[in-house]
Amino acid sequence: MATPLVVSDVAKSFTMHLRDGIRLPVVSGVSFSVKSGECVVLGGPSGVGKSSILKMLYGNYAVDAGQILIEHRGQRIDIASAAPRAVLEVRRDTLGYVSQFLRVVPRVSALDVVAEPLMARGVAAEDAREKAADLLSRLNLPKDLWQLPPATFSGGEQQRVNIARGFITDHTILILDEPTASLDARNRAVVVEMIRAKKEAGVALLGIFHDEEVRDAVADRILDVSAFSPRKVAA
Amino acid sequence: MRDNVPETTGLATYNFAYLDEQTKRMIRRAILKAIAIPGYQVPFASREMPMPYGWGTGGVQVTAAILGPDDVLKVIDQGADDTTNAVSIRAFFQKVAHVAVTTKTREATIIQTRHRIPEGKLTEGQTLVYQVPIPEPLRFLEPRETETRKMHALEEYGLMHVKLYEDIARNGHIATTYAYPVKVEGRYVMDPSPTPKFDNPKMHRSEALQLFGAGREKRIYAVPPFTDVVSLDFEDHPFEVQKFDKPCALCGAENVYLDEVVLDDKGGRMFVCSDTDHCEDRREHGHAGHMLANKEAAE
Amino acid sequence: MTPLLKVNDISKFYGSRVGCRNVSFELWPGEVLAIVGESGSGKTTLLSCISTRLMPTSGTVEYHMRDGQYRDLARMGEAERRFLMRTDWGFVHQNPADGLRMTVSAGANVGERLMAIGDRHYGKIRETAIDWLQRVEIDESRIDDQPRAFSGGMRQRLQIARNLVTSPRLVFMDEPTGGLDVSVQARLLDLVRSLVHDLGLSAIIVTHDLAVARLLSHRMMVMKDGVVIEQGLTDRVLDDPREPYTQLLVSSILQV
Repeated sequence: MATPLVVSDVAKSFTMHLRDGIRLPVVSGVSFSVKSGECVVLGGPSGVGKSSILKMLYGNYAVDAGQILIEHRGQRIDIASAAPRAVLEVRRDTLGYVSQFLRVVPRVSALDVVAEPLMARGVAAEDAREKAADLLSRLNLPKDLWQLPPATFSGGEQQRVNIARGFITDHTILILDEPTASLDARNRAVVVEMIRAKKEAGVALLGIFHDEEVRDAVADRILDVSAFSPRKVAA
Repeated sequence: MRDNVPETTGLATYNFAYLDEQTKRMIRRAILKAIAIPGYQVPFASREMPMPYGWGTGGVQVTAAILGPDDVLKVIDQGADDTTNAVSIRAFFQKVAHVAVTTKTREATIIQTRHRIPEGKLTEGQTLVYQVPIPEPLRFLEPRETETRKMHALEEYGLMHVKLYEDIARNGHIATTYAYPVKVEGRYVMDPSPTPKFDNPKMHRSEALQLFGAGREKRIYAVPPFTDVVSLDFEDHPFEVQKFDKPCALCGAENVYLDEVVLDDKGGRMFVCSDTDHCEDRREHGHAGHMLANKEAAE
Repeated sequence: MTPLLKVNDISKFYGSRVGCRNVSFELWPGEVLAIVGESGSGKTTLLSCISTRLMPTSGTVEYHMRDGQYRDLARMGEAERRFLMRTDWGFVHQNPADGLRMTVSAGANVGERLMAIGDRHYGKIRETAIDWLQRVEIDESRIDDQPRAFSGGMRQRLQIARNLVTSPRLVFMDEPTGGLDVSVQARLLDLVRSLVHDLGLSAIIVTHDLAVARLLSHRMMVMKDGVVIEQGLTDRVLDDPREPYTQLLVSSILQV
């Protein structure tokens, strides 16, 4: 089976120049891979660097050392060293991300927020909106909210918009950062179903889930991030 | 009528046509350059003249520079030979150049004008000298002279159409009726001075040499004989000249430019030829408008 | 695909004072680059050098012309450069009065570039102007009003329409939301964002406002004392700033 995501020997630290340049090590020696159709869940206590790893994979955090290889259109691209343009291309076509919080763009309706990743790939607006509507109704988002910008939505509503936006494309790798944190049981179940469907479609998933029930339902294996934490080494 | 050349000596023998020889040479050089580049505004060192700016100092300097002892001069203002400005300038040149003057368009070799082109067709050998207040057609849209000169140099004339666009947007048609911009020989956009747009077609391929002098602005430009002069317009709003409902009340002429004359304080008015010479000439040849016919009938 | 613009080692000195120094980058079609930094950091000098409004002391700027050739902008004749600027480029000034003709109507402001490239059909020019006014959310009924009668936000939107009417490939923006109220800013930003996206424009946006950079740009460069001190993906620079000065900038954003 294909392995579209390979992380090898990645290290990350923050240097806080505003605090006399103290250096905060985050993780080091991070090595793992995710296969197609597999869902890997990052485990370990808070503050151990789980979110930082996801952010490095998506290009939001710089990487001090190591490689993050993503299979993108038949080529391996190293996110750790790729040019911004290449990172954006990988995000558009290959690497999806469901963040914990929705970054709201003023005046854009929920439906268009969800449809946008498809339109960015050249899908006609009508078709993209139709697919977005499907997903939003599956996630039980009240229909009268679809045309409103999500800025005023509740946490759970915003998260469902975010999930729909992340799941609408057929990206081959999907990163999930606590997608079910503010959802009720009914919608959690829907998300679990959607993750299973992605697995069956051969998508490689990497996520953080604090909700044990969801984690047990979707995880193929759990990767304990404490192993990469420098604090553990010190202790 | 044609006045005889005065016999007196004096000013005319000291410096012929008022300006000194060096100045006339400088102006002639500017004129030659202007003729060589039709429609291009040539800067020149405009002199103080014994009349205020706005009275035609540019035209007077051009006339002074090209006038010779054998020339016959006609001066018109708004088409008329007998207004203050026309009479003064004619008298000026009689005094400083002893030159022959006339009111007959056909007899004149040089015609200095403000606001009109004579109705009768000008012929080869004649020169029309325009008095120009503001030579720059782009001035009111782009006040920077450095920029307008660059626009002329690079043939960037989109702005000129902006002005015409504004006209149509505001009035439903191109409402500019005088100083209507033209393109000369397919190259320079030129302001034909405050002549009515009625006269624009007369500039096109005219047999006469047309010279333009702006005294205060210190510019000379020219349209040589047989040069294309095309009025700017839009495809769906083509250039049109004014039309008058009635013929001239005195000579009955149609398709000429008419002035309104108020007759009394009860709203009485008539429309007569702006070109007084043309009107007189027609009347001498037996044409009569309705006012003249009424008058004769009354007598 | 090839870069639209190649900036090679641009420096500009004002006497012995540094405007900007040794700046190099490439801009690709459809890419939006934000140049951020505080007043005096050299970002506007850099923008002026790239957009040929200033001659750089050294370095070259090459542009990928529509005929597929790269041309050094400094060696281009003035006529061709001006033509390029009013057809293939746009420039949105911070103060709309610098980019608009304040005494001619909104319609003529939008139509001017069309007339400059030879459009001579009043009806069609007006139709296009109406279309563009609608796209920048200005009511059609305002077409014959002068921008003097417009609010700051409307003026800025009109300036954008005036620039985009010839379908340029590259747009420069100098603090496009500079003098506007916050609510008006949001509307303008959203408009610019969708226009840039829909038209596939490349843009270089100079701003001191990191929120503007976050919303509009794919990539950003941080300038200080005339030098680019940090650059990269916009998300990366803002989420994980590396340089002391960038960290200071990011930490200075007011959180609401």
